[in-house]
Parts: sequence; C-alpha cells; structure tokens
Amino acid sequence: MALGNVPPDRTLLEVLREDLGCTGTKEGCGEGDCGACTVVLGEADGHGKVRYSAVNSCIRLAHSIDGMALWTAEDLAEDPLIQPVATFHKPSRADGGLGARSAGTGMDMQVHDDSEHRATTPPVRAAGLHPAQEAMVQCHGSQCGFCTPGFVMSLFGMYQNRVCQGQSISRAQAAQDLSGNLCRCTGYRPILDAAQHMAQLPPMAVNEADLLQKLELLALTPQAPEANLAYIAPATQAELLAVRAAHPQAHVVAGATDVGLWVTKQHRQFAQVLDVTRAAELRRIDETPEHIAIGAAVTLTEAFARLTAQWPSLAEFAHRFAGLPVRNSGTLGGNVANGSPIGDSMPLLIALRAQVVLASQARGERALPLEALYTGYRQNVMAADELLVRIVVPKPASSEQLKAYKISKRFDDDISAVCLVLNLDIADGTVQRASIGAGGVAATPVRAQQTEAALQGQPWTEATVQQAMRVLQAEFSPISDMRASGDYRRTVLGNLLQRFWLESQGGGAPASIAQLQATHLESAL
Amino acid sequence: MKPSTNPTVPDTALPAPARAAMGQSHFHESARAQVAGAAQYIDDLPEVKGTLYAAPILSTVAHGTLNGVDASAALALPGVRGVVLAADVPGDKILAAFGHDEPVFAVESVQFVGQVIGLVVADSVMQARRAVRAVKLDITPLPAVLTVQDALQAQSYVLPPVLVRRGDAATGLAQSAHRLQGAFEVGGQEHFYLEGQIAYALPLEQKQWWIYSSTQHPGEVQHWVAHALGIDNHAVKVECRRLGGGFGGKETQAGHLAVWAAVAANKLGRPVKLRLDRDEDFMVTGKRHPFAYEYDVGFDDTGRITGLKLQMAANCGFSADLSGPVADRAVFHADNAYYLSDVEIASYRCKTNTQSHTAFRGFGGPQGVIVIEAILGDIARALGRDAQDVRLANLYGRDASEGLNVTHYQMAVEDNILHELLPQLEQTANYRQRQAEIAAWNAHSAVLKRGIAITPVKFGISFTATLFNQAGALVHVYTDGSVQVNHGGTEMGQGLHTKVAQIVADELGVPLHRVLVTASDTSKVPNASATAASSGTDLNGRAAQYAARNVRDNLASFVCGLDGCGAGAIRFVGGQVISPKTVRSFDAVVKEAYANRIQLWSDGFYRTPKIHYDKATLTGRPFYYFSYGAACSEVVIDTLTGESRVLKVDILHDVGHSINPAIDVGQIEGGFVQGMGWLTTEQLVWNDKGYLSTHAPSTYKIPATGDIPEHFKVDLWPEANREDNVGGSKAVGEPPFMLAISVYEALRNAIAAGRSGEAPAKPVVLTAPATAENVLRALGRLG
Repeated sequence: MALGNVPPDRTLLEVLREDLGCTGTKEGCGEGDCGACTVVLGEADGHGKVRYSAVNSCIRLAHSIDGMALWTAEDLAEDPLIQPVATFHKPSRADGGLGARSAGTGMDMQVHDDSEHRATTPPVRAAGLHPAQEAMVQCHGSQCGFCTPGFVMSLFGMYQNRVCQGQSISRAQAAQDLSGNLCRCTGYRPILDAAQHMAQLPPMAVNEADLLQKLELLALTPQAPEANLAYIAPATQAELLAVRAAHPQAHVVAGATDVGLWVTKQHRQFAQVLDVTRAAELRRIDETPEHIAIGAAVTLTEAFARLTAQWPSLAEFAHRFAGLPVRNSGTLGGNVANGSPIGDSMPLLIALRAQVVLASQARGERALPLEALYTGYRQNVMAADELLVRIVVPKPASSEQLKAYKISKRFDDDISAVCLVLNLDIADGTVQRASIGAGGVAATPVRAQQTEAALQGQPWTEATVQQAMRVLQAEFSPISDMRASGDYRRTVLGNLLQRFWLESQGGGAPASIAQLQATHLESAL
Repeated sequence: MKPSTNPTVPDTALPAPARAAMGQSHFHESARAQVAGAAQYIDDLPEVKGTLYAAPILSTVAHGTLNGVDASAALALPGVRGVVLAADVPGDKILAAFGHDEPVFAVESVQFVGQVIGLVVADSVMQARRAVRAVKLDITPLPAVLTVQDALQAQSYVLPPVLVRRGDAATGLAQSAHRLQGAFEVGGQEHFYLEGQIAYALPLEQKQWWIYSSTQHPGEVQHWVAHALGIDNHAVKVECRRLGGGFGGKETQAGHLAVWAAVAANKLGRPVKLRLDRDEDFMVTGKRHPFAYEYDVGFDDTGRITGLKLQMAANCGFSADLSGPVADRAVFHADNAYYLSDVEIASYRCKTNTQSHTAFRGFGGPQGVIVIEAILGDIARALGRDAQDVRLANLYGRDASEGLNVTHYQMAVEDNILHELLPQLEQTANYRQRQAEIAAWNAHSAVLKRGIAITPVKFGISFTATLFNQAGALVHVYTDGSVQVNHGGTEMGQGLHTKVAQIVADELGVPLHRVLVTASDTSKVPNASATAASSGTDLNGRAAQYAARNVRDNLASFVCGLDGCGAGAIRFVGGQVISPKTVRSFDAVVKEAYANRIQLWSDGFYRTPKIHYDKATLTGRPFYYFSYGAACSEVVIDTLTGESRVLKVDILHDVGHSINPAIDVGQIEGGFVQGMGWLTTEQLVWNDKGYLSTHAPSTYKIPATGDIPEHFKVDLWPEANREDNVGGSKAVGEPPFMLAISVYEALRNAIAAGRSGEAPAKPVVLTAPATAENVLRALGRLG
C-alpha cells in the first residue's frame, strides 16, 4: 500500500478501518489500554529471522510500519504465508501475492483519506482457522466478541514467539503476555485456557524465508517522494540530527505510545513528524565491562529484557510496566524524554545512576545524570536541535541490592500511584551507597537525596531504617489525585523502605505478596 | 454433581449429531466469525453514501444556567456540516424516559459535567471532534450537589423515599441480646463494555427511519426516537445484530445515542453515525449506583438477627432513569438469603449533579446483598463466631414449616436450596480447615494477612415491573428444512442466541446447525422488553419454543394425516420425523407439507406466570423463582501498602438444568470477575467540581488477566428449576455477580487480622472498592 497520501498523524487503526475497510480490528479505548486494536507486526531482525510484535494499532502512527509485515485477525485464516509446519520449507503458493499485508511506499494501491472508500464489507472467512483462533473457539474464549480480534492477535504473537520456538506456555506466561488485553465478559479463564491449548492444535507457522524475501523486495521498491516530506524517519543518527536541526518544528516521535494519545484524545495535528526509531544507532544495545548503553529507540520490551538479565529482581517490575503491546511499541528513550512524573522507568534509571546522552548536529554529544534532565513538569534541558540518543546504565557492584516497588490500583498494566526504586550497596553491615529513585511524588521523577543521605554510611539496622523512613516521608509533598491521596503516597513511601528492610533480612514470613506467590502458597500452607 | 467445569477442550469439539442440542456446551453461534474479525458491530457495517459523523458537545460545569452556545468558530472549520441543539428536536424535547425528566439536549440549564448540550456533525469523526473543541459555552455556575451525603442533607431526591417494614424493628432492636451500629459506602461501577455506545440513523423515504443501535432494548430505542421526532412508532425500525457488551449499560443509555443521531440526521437530511469516544462514554453515560448505608442491628448469641433498621441511600445522579426499580431491587435483596423477622428499610433515591446512574448487572441487587453480608460479617466478629455459622443460622427456612420463609416483601421462598448448597461448598472448598490454617498462619505473619469467606446469593428472577415479563418470537421453517428464529432479545455476548437456537433445534428435532438466529429487529417482533434482569432465555427461549412447537404441531398433524395415527405419536428427533408407520427426514416432511399448503412458520408468545406486585407497598410476588449460589474466596493483604490479591475461589452455583454448561460457566466466571472488579480495583473518582477524573482505562481499572485467582473452580448445582421454566433451567446473567461479595468479606476478615490496636470484635469499616488505599485506611494505618 502507498502511504503517500496519508497524513503523518493518521493512526494505523484509522487506515485499517476507515481507509481500507478492514473492520476486524476494533477500537475499544483509543489509548492503548484495552488491546481491542491489537495487530501483529513482523520485521527482519537482521539475523535471518522475523521479529513479531503485538502492538496497539489505535495509537501507532500508520507511517511507522513502513516496510513491515502486518497481520490482523482477518489475515490469520487466509494468509498463504501462514502454513502447516509440515510444509514449512516448501515454496508458498505460486500466486506471488503478498500474504501478509505488507506496508511500504510505492506499491500500487493508493489510500486516500476519503469516505468514498469506506463502504467495503469484509468477506465472510471460510473455515481453516489459525490455532490461535481455533483455540479461542474451542475454549469458549469469546462472548461479546469485541475484544476477541485483539486477543487473537496477542495469541498469534505468542504463538509465533513461543509455540513456534518450541516453548510451552505456562499460565503465568499467558497472563503476562495478555495483560494488555481487556475482556469484560469472560473473566479470562477460557482465554488463558486457549493460550495453553493452541499449542495442542495442528501446528502452523509463518514461512519466514518467503516473508523475508518479500520484505527485502519491499525495501528496494522506490519510495513515493511525497512520503518523505511529512513523515521523516532517518536511518542513521547523523541524518536524524541533521533533520532535527533543519526542521525543529517537526514533532519527534518514537513508539508514539504517548504521542498517539495526543492525536486520539487531544485531537492534535502534526504537519511534520520526525520518527527516531529507524536510526540504527538508536536501536542498538551496546555493552562494555562497565556499562550497558541502551539506544533511545530500543523498545521497552528489549530494554527491560536486557536490564532484567542484569538485575533478575526486576522481572516483576518489568512485566508490570504497561501491557505487552505498549512495551513492544514504546521505547525506553521515549519514556525518559517524555519525562512524565508517573513514568516507571525513570525512578529505576535514577536508582541505577543512569546517564542520558543528548546529541545535536552542531555541538555533538553531552551526558548528564538522568534526574538532571528534568526542569519541571514535562520540561527538560534539551535544546531545540537536540535529541536523546541513548541511556547509559552502569553495571552493579556485587554488594548492591536493587528493589523496584510499584503501587497501583491494578497489579498489571496500570500507572503507578507510587513507584520507589531502592539501590543500596550494603557491605560490612553498613550502607556504603544509597541510590533511590521515586515516581508519583513530585512534578518530575526524582532522586530521594535526603533519604540517601540518611542511609549513607549508617549501620544497616532497623533504627537506621526507621529514621530513613521518617526522612523519606517528609522529603516529598505528593499531590492527591484519582490514583491516591497525598497522605497515602507519603505513608507508603516510608512503608516500602520498611519492606526493603524486611526483605533484606530474609527468612521468616514473606514481606510482600510477590514473595508469598514466589514461595508458592501451597508450600506456605 | 456435575464435574468441575474448567474444560480445556470440551466434548463438543467434535460434532455429536446423535445428541439433542440442549444441555450441551455448544460454541457461541458467532465464535468462529468473532475470532476471524468477521463478526460485525455497528461501526463495522458498510456505510450508506453521504453518511456524516457526529461528536457531542459536553457541559463543562456540574450545575449551571446555560445562557448560550456559540458554534460559529466550529462551523467555520473544514468538513463541518452543522451543529445540532435542543431547538432542532422536532418532537418532545424531553426524552421518553421513565421519569420524563431528561432533556434530549440540555435546555436552559446543565446538570452534570458531561451532559450533552448538542452535537457537531462533520464529514469525518475527527473533524467533528476537533470542531467540538471550538464550540464556546456560556454557562453561569450554580451550587452543585455532588455526594450522596450532601444530597441526603439537602433532601435532594429524584424520587420520593420508600420505607419497607415487616414486624417491629424498634421493639426487635430494643429486645435484642446484642446490638451493633455501622455505616459504610460502596462505590459505583462503569460498565466498560468493550464496544462503546454507538448509533447510526438512516432517514428512509416518507419520514421513515432505520436505526442501527447497540442496544439491549430495541423497542425502547424505537419509542424514544419516534417520540423525539414526533412520529409514530411504526415509522421507526431498530436493528441490532449484536452488542460488544452491555451489562445494563445499553438498556436505557443506548436510547440517548439513537435519539441524538436521529435528530441530527433529521436536521441535515443525511445518515448520521454517532460513536462516543471512550472518554466521552465515561463522561456522558450513567453507571452502577454508588450506595451509602447506615445500620442498627440486634442479634442473639448465635448471631441470629432479631431486629434491623437499615438506611440505604442510592446516588442516582441528575435524573430518575431506572433508579426507582434499581433502588427497589436493592430493598428486595437487602435480605439476601436470610430471614429478617423485624426489619425496617428506608431507601433514599438521591439526586446529585453527576451522570444519571442506570442499570448494571444485578440492578441494585448487589447493593442490597452486600449490606446484609457486611452486617453478618460484623456480627460474627462481635460474637467471635465463625461467619459461616452466623450465616447458616440466619438462612430462610427450607419450606414453610418453621414459619421462616416469608420475605420482608411478603413473598414465600419456596425453592430454598442453600441448606444443602452451602454445606456442600463448605466441604468441597475445605473451608473449616483452611480457616483454622489461615488463623495460625496469620499469627506468624507480620506483614501479610490472609482472609477467607463464604457468601451465598439468592437472587429474584423476573422484572419487578410485572408487565415486562412477556416475550415474542418467530420461527420460520423454509422449504429446504432450514430454520430461522427471531425473538425480542438481544445478543450481547451472553449466548442468548445460542441457547435459543438449541431450544428450537430440540423442539423441532433438527441438528443445531440447521437453526439460524437473526438480528433483533423491531419490525419482526414488536414491543419486546429489554434483554435484562437475567431473563433473556427464560422469556425469549420460551417464546421461541412455543413458536417452534406450533410449527411442529402443524407438521405432526400433517404426518398423522398421511400415516393415519394420532398427532401425539409423532416424534421429531435427530433430523427425522418418526411416526409409528414411517421414518421420514425432517426436510422431506417440510417439503411435502409446503406442497400441501401447511403453514411452516409461526409466532410464539410467553408471559411469566404467578407473579404480581404492588408498586406502592413493595409487596407481593415480584419474582417467579430464585437463583442460588455461593462462593468461597481467599485473599491476602499487605499491611504495609494495603495491596491485596485474590488467591483462591471455589463457586457452587445454581443454573437449574443448564441449557449450555460452557455458556453458563462463562456467565458465572465473568460475573464473578466483574463483581470482583467492582469491589477491588474499579474506582470512580469525581473531583470537587463534579468532574469524573477516572474516565478511561488508563485511570479506571477493570480486572486484567493477572487478577484471576490461580485456583478458580466453578461447579454447577445439579437440580432442575423447581418452577416450570424452559428446559428446567434458571437465569444466570446477574446472580453470579454477587458471589464476588465473598471477596469483600474475605478482605474484611484479613483486615480484622491485621488491624493495629483495634478490638477484634469491632466492625471493619472498608469503603468499597478495596483499593490499596482503602484497605490501608481500614487497617487504621493511614493518617
């Protein structure tokens, strides 16, 4: 399809539903919180494989999928590239058609923002459902059916990423991968059943060799010139900074998991968009013996995978950061640059003493502590020609203990009322160094400097902790809002420090629900 | 007992043609289309050329005088075709709602933040929404009533208070061995149907209309649209193939959308589609009624209630809507399963400057059940007795023999199965042993505390407004032997169409796949009641059964004539028509009957027997029967933060003889989880200006996959409905919602174990929903 006539701020869901008449994908909330609009993207991972990501099409800018494969619920049962695994290595059907909807500029189908094109009826699909679909039918996973296409697509992502890799899907894994999809009818049990049941059905898989070939062809197809003016996605950091300098008014986006809402909820329009996610340097994770350097456009999924490998205690915190479709689109750099006081990655990165690297064409790069980036509510020190290019996280000392706590109304996929990340270096019974990041307590993500001072150099005792709790509770004046009262936030900040203390003591009764669940309720009984 | 119904692969994965349809876990009739994105909702339908799109103009003030609307800037924007205001309503400018107290569009005054003042209509949805931002409202603010307490203080009501008495509460209380007083509040709940409210209005020739509406009540949409346009009902056809969830939220609220779209289409002479954005849906439409309670209860040493004075104040919002019957049902369910000898219930229907609260699964029942369950929990704590024993001591009698089976509204409970059901659940859930283990565990756990509770439900089935308990259906048999059914109910995911098809298939003895249920349509079955009150299958299933029976009788008579036998000797089974002489295929009989000019289609009509009810005194037999169930829930709380998790749930629920066990289990699990959301994570927060600050899923949290307990077991009670109901079944839509009150009680038990410095006998005051903050407050560890 050609995206030449599509405005730069048009969402993928609008293009699917309104321009192409593909109404199988639904809008439930228009903000990436319900998952009804979930689709799966496929892109070459650079190592001869395809990377599959379930994403929210409602807040994804249409142009951002240029050159990728896209599947919707309508595609699964009829895409010739999805084949029984027994025939996986055989050539696909000789019709030469693109199986998956492949998006790219320069193909022959024009899309206009024109209501005349809307009135198309999706044909009724024949039998031969994909295992993700068949399992949902067999397990009674759909009732009203409105969330169903989104669940099916998350299941399809799970199928390609896990079942096709020979992994079995546990209940907990299924619940985590589906935490960005809401259902109001079933109570989820049958859907979780379906997630586990789909591996029992006759296997199918995407013919990746064929798909990669098609994606390569697509990349070689000449681009329609007008596509490059309104939506710019440079391939290197140097080009990116040049464009940034030349078009300071262009709206910078990465995964658009927040910017998408400015379009759908605030009805804002962008004449020109600068997409940072195609710049190779910004998509890399580099490592030295001392540091992990995460490119600003690395997705939250990939960034948290790397951080969790280094700090296994972050696993729960990582999967509680939004839902999977948001983590698959959203970027660590986007979360940091956005600077929301309730974003969860900043307290973590502050506690980890991360540095942000800003770059401009004129002045090159500069590095500063992450907390120094912010000057006020969603305000930062970046110049008009500057971009955040990477986040550098020092590797831990062996005596460091890292705990990331998040309090929200719902366990999964919720915004923190309070987020507290404590990174304490305790050796010889003394706090050698304390690094504490907090969210939801001030106009920006902050470092709890007074509390750090109250701990640093002190013996690691209950008395020290009690004293530090009082300091922490007095250090901030959090507001009351719909997530929690200021009183609650203050009280819990201190109590979370107490939880850290209790957990550090080990033994005895579990000090948190997570610990209880980890030690298995049954054996605790 | 049927086995636990957590099937990974049900036995219907393979067709079993030999079995009759009813009683089998057939897949939802649209499942295969739904998973492939091929099931169409209103916004998916092909649009008629020239369709325009509307967006609502909302009040930004909770209460005020509406001096004027300046839309000039909006009208100047590209693509904008017009602005629609109250003056554009050709018929009655007041909606044809229950209380006739809601304007179609605000006139002269605004009554809540989010009230619809008008629409902007444009060539695209986004053009319309952007233009709304350019509309300037001139509103002079007036004092607003925002909370139920303020409304009580100001005696601000949408309907007069109702007092229901039985016995002598004052004397009962005075003579009681023990007394407790308490007060608490339970929040409302947003429906959060995944498909937002939508209507698509198409003007036809000669002032006739075709309305596509995502509605639980097409007949009311028809009536409201005709009323607002000033035309006859017969000129309006309303169609709805399916809803993307309803839960009560599209019972009356869908009518507003349809009227707004139709008024706009009438003004502009073009088809108009109105689809609310999720935030608008939250801001505009009503929710479950928040309630505030005060009680004074007397009881004996066993915990038996000997006197009760109860005040229930419902926050109804700015208009009556369905608040009268909702508050009535709360009164009817304030006994839940328990005999209250001397009781006085005062029910206040408070008017506030908020959204007009409306039907939501349970329809006031949950707000009635929770208060008596909370009272019993507090009584158990006061006496130091196990709450299960206190509950058992208060149950209605098995029958009339002990004189303990008449409700406070004078209906005899004739089908009480809780004396058997509760002990059975207690045993299968291993409640007593777990209770002891939890107490021991809590004694050694400083931070975490666990709690467990069993609560029952007894839910009255029938619309309390007796007239709504009627239904019609049409069964058409075509000459190829295929069958089409149409009935007055709507399919919103609950599986109504699937169950009706099963009923009709068995009545005609044909395989299920030969029966097709078509879209709800006011031009097919007229004057249908809302699909609500859990009654969809009871009413429409019976009507369809009767319609099919008429056709079957016609065919039987015809075959009798051929074979010279009595009509009673003809059997319809397995796609065959069997007489003592011959076996013919159903299709062959149909073909032959058609050739002999036999009527192959029929209507069917059903009205629920036995029910009657006096609206003035709230007495009589409002319900045909009761549905029962019970749940055992175990939770853990963190006393440092107030966070909680539901760990284990065992449910034993009564659906009579299930027409479709998988669908019924789906209703039970889905209802339970929705109820759990109401009581745990789903918090509606209005700020001090009356603005709903939780108006999207980013801030309003319905349960997600991770909230489901690891152990979640549902069993079905094996007994048939003791009243004559279709297939021996019982209604299932709403009753399981109230099983989640066991979570609330388990939380209060855990809180009791974790309170610092409180006497263990003191009531636990837990504001619902039990957010971490509310739990921490109930623990006495906040502020």
